Amino acid sequence: MSMTITEKIFAVHCGKSQVKPGELVNARLDLIMCHDVTTPPAISMLAEKGLERVFDPEKVVVTPDHFQPPKDIKSAQLHKRLDAWCKKHKIKHYYPIGKAGVCHALLPEQGHIRPGDMIIGGDSHTCTYGSLGAFSTGVGSTDLAAGLATGELWFRVPESMKFVLNGKLPHGVYSKDVMLEIIRIIGTDGARYKAMEFVGPALKDMSAEARMTMTNMAIEAGGKNGIMAVDEVTRAYVDKRIKGNKDYPVYTSDADATYESTYEIDCAKLEPLVAFPHLPSNGKRISEAAGLAMDQAYIGSCTNGRIEDYRIVAAMMKGRKVAIRTLIVPATPTVWRQAMDEGLFDIFYDAGCVISAPTCGACLGGFMGVLADGEKCISSTNRNFVGRMGHPRSEVYLASPATAAASAIEGKLADPRKYLN
Amino acid sequence: MAKAHVYKRDHINTDEIIPARFLNTDDEQELAKHCLEDLDANFVKKVKPGDVIVVVGDDFGCGSSREHAVWALRGAKVSAVVAGSFARIFYRNAINCGFPLVELPNAGKDINDGDDITIDLTGGILTNKTQGKTLSFTPMPDFAMEIIREGGLLNHIAKKK
Repeated sequence: MSMTITEKIFAVHCGKSQVKPGELVNARLDLIMCHDVTTPPAISMLAEKGLERVFDPEKVVVTPDHFQPPKDIKSAQLHKRLDAWCKKHKIKHYYPIGKAGVCHALLPEQGHIRPGDMIIGGDSHTCTYGSLGAFSTGVGSTDLAAGLATGELWFRVPESMKFVLNGKLPHGVYSKDVMLEIIRIIGTDGARYKAMEFVGPALKDMSAEARMTMTNMAIEAGGKNGIMAVDEVTRAYVDKRIKGNKDYPVYTSDADATYESTYEIDCAKLEPLVAFPHLPSNGKRISEAAGLAMDQAYIGSCTNGRIEDYRIVAAMMKGRKVAIRTLIVPATPTVWRQAMDEGLFDIFYDAGCVISAPTCGACLGGFMGVLADGEKCISSTNRNFVGRMGHPRSEVYLASPATAAASAIEGKLADPRKYLN
Repeated sequence: MAKAHVYKRDHINTDEIIPARFLNTDDEQELAKHCLEDLDANFVKKVKPGDVIVVVGDDFGCGSSREHAVWALRGAKVSAVVAGSFARIFYRNAINCGFPLVELPNAGKDINDGDDITIDLTGGILTNKTQGKTLSFTPMPDFAMEIIREGGLLNHIAKKK
């Protein structure tokens, strides 16, 4: 019988020739991602239950990122617990401060993601890695603990939904806009428990980083995972980074695989979108949204804090000033260094932006740019829930880095296309 | 008596159940002090041990994977959450913590805020004692009930060991 990519990865990892959506399976894990908020409690739980062990210290990647560097005493305590555990269990891939970055930008960049792998992480945006042909999903601390101790986890095999990205993206429209459009169409629970598989010519045209922005936000539609087939773009990205042999399995969905639903998106007709408070599904076209005054712009996060994002933003800000406070938060030390070496920091500095160390920071209202009562922020991040970036009466507007940059320049929601050559 | 606290909203997310500004701790009692704070600032003042949250709406628990959301509810001594549907990670986290969930669409017409209710999780019966009504629901799957009865996934694993 035919299967989708997601089903094939499940079948291989539970030792079956075939799995069906709805089936409950125990799957073998290839990689577990850990950070400073959800891992310390997992560690404590394991100790409490007499299960304190790590199934394979080489298959665990740890980076503090949410409150990195620690923002207060309590978060410093979390970091201390995480650090002690990493050392005790000789976790091979531990990225302490200086090497630490926003997890979902860091792991692909550092070559930890192999196509065909089965990955969990203690963070909802772990679905990001599906853009490189892996099954990857976010879990809570107990699942994380169970995975760390046993190297396997229970799953319900998800139904797959197919998203066909047709046409060519117009100038000034990015993968972020495509994903906001998909979430606008299906809603924040439109893919609840499901695999979101992306295909089509517009996807082929996207870089590996741009694709990550899409799978990153699968969770914003309720999805269990986002997935894309491996192609030459994936290979070029992965082969340069992964350690060891490059002989990873490449799965493709069978032509007659079953999809619960199929959506066709005409990318040529899209324009930049802004998701209004308080749901990522509240997308409005920039032509309807432009003009609304903002207090802050935030350009960073696991969704859009990569080098390509900052190149776009820098090209727009060159020789211009920002009209509102603007935070540039490169997602990893490598992105930070690249941006500096390429002279982008000079442009940001001259424009009046502030440049932060890599951190999840204010994306989740942690620190480094949280919002006051009634403030509005245009943000390249992924969520705009009530209180997400600070005060419960603050507002977050989600958009591409380009739209965030244009809005930073004008101090109000603005169309990026007039600033792009 | 278990009182129902009714909220009529879709997509009540984990940022509302426990805002990230309180995620610098995993102490359940600390988290409980801020349970549902951004949805209903008075919730922690009025909730009593054993009370039930009844959500008239879908997708409860969407967003961040923070299990702190379940711990905050458990710490506030909430005994179960009833909702039209649950987001995936929250649903898993609840099972893994041994915290009961009840999927019941349209609960709004049969349950008012403050009603006295009891829930038979295995039998799939919710009784509204105030209104003298019984509502049936599909219990959580057997394997989930087994984990819940054992007090969570790690107990389940420790027992198998």
